[in-house]
Amino acid sequence: MTASKRAKRRWGEKAVQVLLTGAASTCILIVVLIFLFNAKEAAPFVLEPGLGALAAERWSPVSFQAQAFGILPLVTGSLLVTILATIIAVPFGVCGAVYLSEIATEPERAFFKPFIELLAGIPSVVIGFFGLIVIAPRLKSLFGLNSGLVALTGAIVLALMAVPTIVTISEDAIRSVPESYKQASLALGASRVQTIWKVIVPAALSGIVAAVMLGIGRVVGETMAVMMVTGNAALVTLSPFESVRTMTATIAGEMGEVAFGSAHYRALFWVGIVLLLFTFVLNAAAQRVLAKYRMFRA
Amino acid sequence: MAGGKTGAWCILAVVLFAAVLAGCSRGDKGAGGADKAVIQIKGSDTMVHLASAWAEEFMKENKGAQIAVTGGGSGTGIAALINGTTDICASSRDIKPEEIEQAKAKGVEPKEFTVARDGIAIVVNPKSPIDDLTTEQIRRIYTGEATNWNQVGGPDAKITALSRESSSGTYVFFQEHVLEKQDYAASVRLMPATSGIIQSVSQDEWAIGYVGLGYAEQAGGKVKALRVDGVEANEANVLDASYPIARPLHLYTNGEPEGTIKKFVDFCLGEKGQAIVREQGYVTLK
Repeated sequence: MTASKRAKRRWGEKAVQVLLTGAASTCILIVVLIFLFNAKEAAPFVLEPGLGALAAERWSPVSFQAQAFGILPLVTGSLLVTILATIIAVPFGVCGAVYLSEIATEPERAFFKPFIELLAGIPSVVIGFFGLIVIAPRLKSLFGLNSGLVALTGAIVLALMAVPTIVTISEDAIRSVPESYKQASLALGASRVQTIWKVIVPAALSGIVAAVMLGIGRVVGETMAVMMVTGNAALVTLSPFESVRTMTATIAGEMGEVAFGSAHYRALFWVGIVLLLFTFVLNAAAQRVLAKYRMFRA
Repeated sequence: MAGGKTGAWCILAVVLFAAVLAGCSRGDKGAGGADKAVIQIKGSDTMVHLASAWAEEFMKENKGAQIAVTGGGSGTGIAALINGTTDICASSRDIKPEEIEQAKAKGVEPKEFTVARDGIAIVVNPKSPIDDLTTEQIRRIYTGEATNWNQVGGPDAKITALSRESSSGTYVFFQEHVLEKQDYAASVRLMPATSGIIQSVSQDEWAIGYVGLGYAEQAGGKVKALRVDGVEANEANVLDASYPIARPLHLYTNGEPEGTIKKFVDFCLGEKGQAIVREQGYVTLK
């Protein structure tokens, strides 16, 4: 009786274990499937019109003359917007996290926290609309531009979306710095500001870097908001005051119309693959930085 | 803090519950009708308002018939017709030969019904001194030959040219008929929606864009529609074909329509349907 009960329990445990392993492997399975699907849809492009087509100068897929699938303008567009957004978001995000974790009193923190969480939860299309109606015209008059639909507008909108991620995760990292570090620093006669910037922030750097990387991750993949405010002209430019077309906006904007199985359709999957590689490299770099930092700390 | 969170959850739960209830009761009413046919119409964003207005009026007249209208672009609608996920496709451009081939390969026979005409208005900011452009000048602006207003008879100011995304039927129509099949310049800004064009033109003194005539009229004083080749963009001029930038709007069905689908197409082509076309700011067939 007891033996059979025990056997039953063992079976139960096994079943749960299998279930949990299965749930965990779903992630891996999905990533692999996405890669395979992307590769499968993109592959015929290699034969017709050939990979060289991706190196063309222009992205002009709907044309009565000659289609051009040069992805350079899209890559530079995504890069430009991402870099600008990072430059804007990181100081705000890190300073915000320092304030919340080290300077703010408990009531102040309780006041600010829900707003940051709320900002994280605003749908991107709403932020995009805000960018189109509020930010774009302000930027246009501030810099005397011809149009407010430029890379910088997109970067500001994206920074708004990245800041909550950076603040929340950096704050956790800063809070997890042992109290003894701070006390030791203060005891040695360092001021509060010195303690924060010379001891606490460096000690929390791995977490802050992770926070920034996650923030950038959101920026690179963001579609709707950026599509609404950057003007989507496929130009190769490094100027924040020019219109750009990002990879995400291209896929979202063109997938609806594209004839299934055409060269244009395949080219969009190549854009998807490049975007995947982009995020993959970003993640790998983040891991590298984290690993190095941990070693140094140990 | 914790109390506040619980409160928020409660509110959320109540709202969700109410939404579910509302959804259920509506569903029940629909299912109670005599004829349960649900017809899907999918396609052109330009035609969404028009198709919705038709569907509303048609459902009033035919109790029990249900029509669901979704946008997404003409190409999306045609793809849906080919894949059999919609009954009727609304399209602001002609179906392409390769799409007909694809359809035939899947056993779908697209049948075209021209249900209305639409003029495309060229819009600028109300403050702009420009009132009149020729098709030739518009073409030069959108192909990048003219980048300054002084090249087309205006003051010295850079042109911001706005277009729809390439998934739009209007984009392709404009490219074919106004740009004479030349490519858009890379510097032309592609907006994901008509409202984005109206919004940007209303904010930018030196912008130019193109939108459906109905949209331009609804936008009122926010934008100014230009005369093209000296002809004012209005319904009468589209109808007598003197306004140069106009196109037919189609419905496509799979084969000869039957039953409720046929009834609906007939309704659109009939007197009442055409009256709705006029109400919505499009141009009737006659």
